[in-house]
Parts: sequence; C-alpha cells; structure tokens
Amino acid sequence: MTSFFKLYFNRLLPQLIALGLIIMAVSLVFPGFLNIEIQNGRLYGSLIDILNRGAPVVLLAIGMTIVIATKGIDLSVGAVMAICGATAAAAITSGHSVPATLLITLGVGILCGLWNGVLVAVLDIQPIIATLVLMVAGRGIAQLITEGAILTFNDPGLIFIGSGSFAGLPMPVVIWLVFGMLIAVLVRRTALGMLIEAIGVNRQASTLSGVLTPVLLNAAYVLCGLCAAIAGIIAAADIRGADANNAGLWLELDAILAVVVGGTSLLGGRFSIAASVLGAIIIQAINTGILLSGFPPEFNLIIKAAIIVFILVLQSPRVRTAFAFLVPARGARNPSERAAK
Amino acid sequence: MKPKYLPLTATLVIFLLGYALCVAQYPNMLSTRVIGNLLTDNAFLGIAAVGMTFVIFSGGIDLSIGSVIAFTGVFLAVVLEHTSIHPLIAFAMVLAIATLFGAAMGAIIHYLEMPAFIVTLAGMFLARGMAFVLSIDSIPIKHPFYATLKGLYFKLPGAGRITLIGGLMLLVFAVGILIAHRTRFGTNVYALGGGAATARLMGVPVAATTIRIYALSGLLAGLSGIVFSLYTSAGYSLAAVGVELDAITAVVIGGTLLTGGSGFVAGTLVGILIQGLIQTYITFDGSLSSWWTKILIGLLLFAFILLQKGIIFVSRHRQQRA
Amino acid sequence: MQTSNDILQAVRIEKTFPGTRALDKVDFHLRRGEVHALLGENGAGKSTLIKCLTGAYRRDGGTILLDDVPVDPRDTFEAQALGIGTVYQEVNLLPNLTVAENLFLGRQPRRFGMVDARAMNRRARDLLADYELDLDVTRDLASYSVAIQQVIAIARAVDLSGKVLILDEPTASLDAHEVAMLFRIVRRLKAKGLGIIFVTHFLEQVYEISDRITVLRNGQLVGTRETSSLDRRELIAMMIGRELAAEIHAPRAEVQEGPLRYRFRNYGRKGRVRPFDLDVRAGEVVGMAGLLGSGRTETAELLFGAHRADSGEAEIDGRAVDLASPRAAIRHRFGFCPEDRKTSGIIGDLSVRENIVLALQARRGWTRPISRAEQNRLADHYIRALDIRTADREKPIKLLSGGNQQKAILARWLATEPEFLILDEPTRGIDVGAHAEIVKLIEALREKGLSLIVVSSEIEELVAYSTRVIVLRDRAHVAELDGNRITADQIVEAIAATDERRTS
Repeated sequence: MTSFFKLYFNRLLPQLIALGLIIMAVSLVFPGFLNIEIQNGRLYGSLIDILNRGAPVVLLAIGMTIVIATKGIDLSVGAVMAICGATAAAAITSGHSVPATLLITLGVGILCGLWNGVLVAVLDIQPIIATLVLMVAGRGIAQLITEGAILTFNDPGLIFIGSGSFAGLPMPVVIWLVFGMLIAVLVRRTALGMLIEAIGVNRQASTLSGVLTPVLLNAAYVLCGLCAAIAGIIAAADIRGADANNAGLWLELDAILAVVVGGTSLLGGRFSIAASVLGAIIIQAINTGILLSGFPPEFNLIIKAAIIVFILVLQSPRVRTAFAFLVPARGARNPSERAAK
Repeated sequence: MKPKYLPLTATLVIFLLGYALCVAQYPNMLSTRVIGNLLTDNAFLGIAAVGMTFVIFSGGIDLSIGSVIAFTGVFLAVVLEHTSIHPLIAFAMVLAIATLFGAAMGAIIHYLEMPAFIVTLAGMFLARGMAFVLSIDSIPIKHPFYATLKGLYFKLPGAGRITLIGGLMLLVFAVGILIAHRTRFGTNVYALGGGAATARLMGVPVAATTIRIYALSGLLAGLSGIVFSLYTSAGYSLAAVGVELDAITAVVIGGTLLTGGSGFVAGTLVGILIQGLIQTYITFDGSLSSWWTKILIGLLLFAFILLQKGIIFVSRHRQQRA
Repeated sequence: MQTSNDILQAVRIEKTFPGTRALDKVDFHLRRGEVHALLGENGAGKSTLIKCLTGAYRRDGGTILLDDVPVDPRDTFEAQALGIGTVYQEVNLLPNLTVAENLFLGRQPRRFGMVDARAMNRRARDLLADYELDLDVTRDLASYSVAIQQVIAIARAVDLSGKVLILDEPTASLDAHEVAMLFRIVRRLKAKGLGIIFVTHFLEQVYEISDRITVLRNGQLVGTRETSSLDRRELIAMMIGRELAAEIHAPRAEVQEGPLRYRFRNYGRKGRVRPFDLDVRAGEVVGMAGLLGSGRTETAELLFGAHRADSGEAEIDGRAVDLASPRAAIRHRFGFCPEDRKTSGIIGDLSVRENIVLALQARRGWTRPISRAEQNRLADHYIRALDIRTADREKPIKLLSGGNQQKAILARWLATEPEFLILDEPTRGIDVGAHAEIVKLIEALREKGLSLIVVSSEIEELVAYSTRVIVLRDRAHVAELDGNRITADQIVEAIAATDERRTS
C-alpha cells in the first residue's frame, strides 16, 4: 500500500510544487493569506475561499479529464452548465421539490453528454467539432428555458448547495471532494480507468482486444455532462438564480487548461483525476492570489497565459526529446516505473 | 456539378431561401438599407472570419481572434487618447503587432509541434490580458479622423449605403478569394489541409506556410479590430468576446470542412450573411427572442456537419466501387 | 559488373535499425532503359533499399552512383532534383487539389504575381497528353480513379526528375485493364531511356514487364537475374528461401486428430475475400499461405469478426454462431494477433502488465476488475513463460523490441484461455531467437488442444508447424494441402500456379 501512495505522490509532485510555490508567493505579499478561522462552526479564510470558488472548474475538470483521456475534448461543458443551471432554477420555481429538481437537472446533464457521445462514438465526428454544436446552441437553449431573464429562486434547500456548509466546509467543496473521490474510486477501483486509457492510446487495438469502445466513449461524454450539471447547480445556487448568459462562460477553456496543467496529455492516454483537480485549484489560486496580492486583476490573464505557455513548452514532444537528451535518467521519472522498483 | 461545390451551393441556397422567406413575411427587408446594414454590422466579424477560413483550410484553428480584436481596439483608444499619433500610423502599428502575434503562434505550433487549439488558447488569454493591462475601462475614441472615416460611404439606390467598413469587408473577401485561389501560398494552404505529411513530400514549405497562415489570421484580426473600433468608436478590453466562435461557425456554415483542405472563402461570406440574416429577422420580428439565433445557428452547424459527413461517406463509397 | 550503361549503382548498402539489420551490404544496379523488378516478401528490405535510394532514410554504409557520380541525397527533394523520382502505392499526391495543381505544386506558372491558372492548366494538359490522358485538369484529383492518379503521380515524378523512376507497388489496387494502361506508359518511358525500378508482389506482372529481377530476403541480396532465364518456381524459391526448410522442419510427433470444432461455410465478404469453406479441428494448426495481398490477412480478420462476413455461416461445435464483432468472437474464446503490431496490436503507452491483461479485462467487463495482485501474477507468469525480455512489468510496451511486443500480445490472448487462436504473421520483423520461441509456442499450444490459424509469408515456417495448409491467391482459397503434401515445394507450386489475374 505504501508503494501505491508513493506512486500517487510522485505523479502529483509537480502540481503540488507549483501550488506550494504559488501559495508561498502570495502569502509573502499578502500575509493573511494562510489564516483560517472558525466562525459559527464553519471555516473561513483565503485558502477555503480558493477551494470554494474553484468548485465549478474542479468539477468540469474531472469530467474533462476522462474525455481527454479518450483522446477527445468537450467544448460544450460551459454551455451545459448554463442549461443545467437554468433547468434547476426552472424546476424549483415551478414547484418541484429539491430532490426532484436535482434529479431532473442531472438527467438533463446526462442527456447533453449523451448527445455529444453519440456524435463522437456513433457518427464518428471529430470531438472538437461534435461538441462545438452544443457549445453554440447550448446558451440559446438555456435562455429558452429561463426565457431570457435571470431566473431567481429562494428555495433554502437549493441555496444550501451553493452557500451552506457541512462539517465546517462550504458545500461546494464538500460536493467536489466527495464527487471527485467517487469518480476516482470508480475509475481506479474498477477497470474503467485502464480501458479508457487503452482507448485513448490506441482505439483500434483496443477494439480488436474486445474493449467496448463506443459504449465507453459515450460513457466518458455522459460523465462529462453529469459533471457540468453538478457545476451548473452549484453556480446557480451560489447566485440564487440562473444566468443563462454568463453561467459557466468560457469555463470549458479553464477546465481544459486545468487538465493540461494536471499533466494529462491532450493526445489521450494516461490520466490522473487528482492531478486535474490540483490543476483547477492552481488556476483558482492564481486568480485569487493575484486579487489578494494587490496586483491589478488585469494581470490575471497574462500570468495564466504565461503558465500555459510554460507547460506547453514542457509538454512539447520536441522539447521533451531535447530534455531527455540532456538528462538521460529522465526515463526513470516515470512514476509507475519508479514505484515498481 | 463538381461535388466540392455542393456545400457552397447548399449554403447559398439556404441563404437565398431564408432571405426570400424573410421578405415574404416582411417585404421591408428587401431593401438596400437592410443589405447595407447587414454588411456594416457584420464587417468586423467578416474580416476576422476570412483569416479563420485560411486557418481552417490548413486544418488548424485560431481561438485568439476575439481577444486580438479587443486588444486592437483598446490599443487604438489608448494611443489616440494619450498621444498625438495620427490614427493611420496607429493602425499600421497595431496591424504589425497583430501580425507578429499571429506569426509567433504559428511558429510555436510548427516548431514545438503543439496542437493549434492550445497554442491559440494561450494566445487568447495573452491578447486579452494585454488589453486588460492597457485599460480595463471602455475608452471612447473621439479623434476627428474617426468621424471622417465614418462619414465615408457609397450611396446605393434606395436608402441603403455601403459604409467604409462594409466595403472594406467586401474588399478583404475579394483579396482573400484571390489569395486562396490565385497564389502559390493559397494552394499551399489547401495542400497542408489535405495532408501535412504528403504536402511536405511534395515540396510545400510547411514551416513558412504555417507561420504565414497564422500571421495572416493575426493581421486580419487586427484589421477587424480597427473596423470594430470604427464601428463602436471605443476601445474596450471586454469587447468581442467569443467572436472566434462566430467566425468558426460562419466558416463551417459556409461549407468549409473543419478538418481542412476543402472549402471556399466566398462560402464564409455567405455564412456571415446567414448569421446576420437570422439576427436581422429576429430584430424585424420583435417578438422572437434573441436566443433563437444561437439555437438556429447551432442547428445549422449540425446540419452542415452531417451534410459534410454524408458527402465524405458517399465519395468514399464511390471510390471503393470504382 | 559496373559498366557505364548503369544509370544507378548502389554498392554494399547498409542500414541498421535498433534490433534489426534491415539491409546487409546489398548491391543493386540499374541500367538505362530497363525495367528492373525488385522482389522479396515483407521485411525483406525492399522498401528500406528504396528509401535509402530516395533519401527518405540515410544509409549507414555503402555508396550510390548516379550516372557514375557518387550521390548522397539527404531527402526526397534532393533525390528528385538529382533525377530519382518515386511513385508509391498510396498515391502521394493531394486528393483535395486539382490535377493541374498537383502536377505543378510549388512551381505554378505566374503572371503579375498571381498563379496563371490558364497557363498551368494548358501545360498540365500537354504534359498528360504524353501519357495518353485527356482529362479535365481543373477537377480535384480525388474525382479520378486510383489508376489515373497513379499515372498523374508518374507524370509529376518524371517531369521533376527524369533519370530514374521508382514504382513502389503501383498496381496493387488496379484492375487488369488499368495495369495494361500503366504498362504501356512504363514501356514508353523505358524507350526514352529512363531506368525504372518496379516493386510488386504480382509475379505475372514481373514477367510481363521486367527485364531483370533482383531478389532480397531478410535484408540480404539473394541475386539479380535476367527475367527471361529465371523460371517462376526458381524465383519463388529465391524469395522465400525454401532451401532453409529442411533445417527447421523437425520430425513432428504424430498428430492426434481432435474433434471437428469450427465450421465455416461459404464465408466471405465482398471486396475482401471470396466465400470459402473452412473446417478446423481441436489440436490443429491451419497454415495460411499466399503472397501479400492474396487474401490471407482478410481471411484472418473475417474469422475474428474485425470485419463482418456478408455471406455464409459459422458453427462452433455444431451450433450456429454470429461472429459480428471482435467481442462476439472473444466470447466464443477466439483470440487474434494482428499483422500490424503497432497500429492494431500494442497499446503503446500502457505497461506490459496492462497490455497482457487487457483482453481478459475487456471480456470480464469494467465492473469486474482484475485485482492488482492477480494482474501482477498474470503478467509475471507470462513474462516468465514466454520469456518476455523487459526490465519489469510496468515498462511501457512501446519500449520493448518487436519480438517481445509480439510475445506480450500473445500473452494477452493466452491470458483469456482461448480455444481458437488466429495469428497473422506472428514472426514478422522479430529476431531469430524470438522467432524460434514463437514457433515452439505454436506447437505447444496445438498439443494442448487449441485450434490455431497461422498466417505467414515464411513457407518453411508453415511447413514446420502446420497440420494443414490453405493456399490463397487473388483473395480466394485455391488449394488445401495436408499430411505428406505439406512441403515447401507443394506450397510454392500452389502459389505459383499460373492464375487468371487478367480477367478481361
């Protein structure tokens, strides 16, 4: 079991170091950054705030990780968030109970995922194009549901999901922690993870080995839709209303970025959900950090761009080759290999 | 008819049919004024979409367009407000910056072998970030030269007018068509989209072509930014969000394969006009809500993807039989 | 040997890839105005030699003389500029450009900086007129048949280079009429004094068009002969090395005939393999012999459900079964090692362990994972049993040598405890040691009562382990040999039997 944790730790090391550096840098400029206090049985502080605000991107990144591992991409998650937020608001305001509302909303998210999945797995359309359709139309559908207005609600049950707390932690944090662990356990304690990686690396060979590729591809997009639905509910509950225009706007890009920062290759294959979650937290930490450090927030995007460029360059096949040449022992940095020794 | 004209024809037929339906319901829509406005209102999108068309021909994608437009607008506003540089010189400066920016992305895509999607996503953040750094407020542009430029138009019979920016868009499309079909560079772009490996074997300078494609896209995004600033008389770093998406949609509706290698610049113009037409119709109608635009465009996009899938399937089938 | 009549001379060419010696001091001489066939089975080194000549690969040793001048092309452009042009089986033109654009890409005539389309199209028409082609050069290349595309590719190559023309399997997908057209053009180019290298696996075509024949095997030169003085059987013997057969062919223990288990009747698929009947017993190895493109791989894929049969039925133990997909076949305990390991076999980035357990895991379904301990046990077991050379089981499989990858894929299927195993070229491109081990493994599996189908282009190998050999030609099963009739001679005879390719 220790080797399992060691392996895990090694895989996450770069992300942990990056997060550590960012937190250190911010806390130097803004001394109160690390403070956490308890008020009314609930934790408060900048770090908690990062975890809380990062919730939608964390959730999207979880689903996106699975889709990217299959060598796909899902551009529609932002729009699906908006659709699901609108669905939740519409359901609760039309008198449905909270559990019914949640079920309907999750069902809508699954349906959106199924649409993408069918286009990719059955019609064999390139994922980036297939999911573009829902990305374009999705916000229109969301506005159709809310009839253009910001649909507000004040059901305490639904609001609790956005701003309540459980065991001292904000609900969104509890939700993504539980959901993330659930998915991580689901893919790693079943054979799902390995089969998905196999499809992402070599779809043809996997099919020939008997892997049920179309179904698993579909499942990946459905999971992605489900994640977007949960993120949509949280975002709506947070502002106590559904904003079809702005809910989840451009978050698909943040989610993809989180996955890339987490070290999962856009070319599919090996993935780590924990690393993607860390990637999302890193992005949120940068956002919050820049805000707190008194830097003008306008630098936010430039720093973000710089980080992507940096990671891109590190991931580039050419640079990797050059790097492997300079550091011959790099092969041993493969975590699974190291753990096995 | 050659099968490669099929998507373009379909687009054109859809536009004409749509326009006829609109006119049947609102005869007022058949006027030079509506047509003139259609051109003026979509000028910045059209110019940017020409660049996107070339990128997509080559099998790539450019997500940075909207941000470059915003950056250009803010840059112009700041320069014109704080310095006494003449707008024309400012235009030249910003076009140079945008072109270099595009070329740099092209170089990264080619030399670091990174997917265009991620490189231009970084470019998107960077360009908007630069715009934010210049200014986060909306800055009005009150330079008299702007008023002069806005006053230039060509009067059409009826009440319509082709404004400077509307005309510029048509000019850009004309030049784009020439470049695509009448230059070696244009053929090389198609060649890259047909298969980068084969193109390289056949002697296409892949590096230079890739860099030029993204430079061209950057240049046209910059030009689009200038047009946008003329159109709005302001520079705002939050402007033109998502224009890249509209441009991609226009390109696909215009009958261009997103996988590259096939399509027409002229198709993109029709794609722009279809999007504009839907918006105009919804404005005329007054009771229809704006979200139908998005849903309709999404449906159109889906229809065209299916149509192209069908064409590929049929042609492959035919080849197998041959 | 080196007369000035040779337009191209390649002397002692060497090329080594990690783990294999692809070309071992190969000599090759091409005369002016001759068609020179270059033959050999897959992996013989034909394409490596051609790539060395065209600069696609840099050779490790030897010299190339073009018109008696040493040349060292660094890439295909340089070879082209020197005068060596190549046309491949996969037409290396761009289907989305017009015919004229394909012919003049990069050198389009220009007026006032714009491409002069009219002049380009006129010149394209003129150029193609020399090749008996009168077509609309403004249409996309894709709208023409592969044969026409092939001729256009030749026209471009000759127009660009003009001394040596290499035709790499240009006729693989042409019908008789088209081949005739192509050969008329080749003869005309030959009369113009070009040296033409012709790579193919259709022996009738070799006899029809070529003046001389050079045969390679396992990266070595077997010999160069005048076509007129080399008979077909001798040629095939040169290609497949029948004289080695005696060495490998160990006296086989008496084979016990098991019960008939698999029965295929009128099984086939249009465009892939003509309907065939096939019975396979338990404890039997059915060899599939035939040249490349004869339908042997197609048969294997059809049996496994990788492509769905469109005629006939399959029975297992007397019960009708539907083998519509690999999954269906796997449910009936089929296993399949495909010919192309890299694209359809290995999952490159995954570990040896994961590659080994993949098929078993896929059959169990994702909800019933194989525990890590069990995975380790399976992987270790097969790594030991098949002697897979890897530092450890967690190494990504793409880092292993070809032979070890092949063993790992075999292990993937053995882990599913198959009863019917289809192996397509299981010994292709692997070193001698691993080769012998896989042959031994096949025999061991047969003794355990498995039914095996083995496709191989190595006749002596088939003779060694097959209890029965099916011979294929022109996408049809044409002969079946068993018992004492399984000899290299008989197989060669059956493959070489003049066939009626010219259907017209």
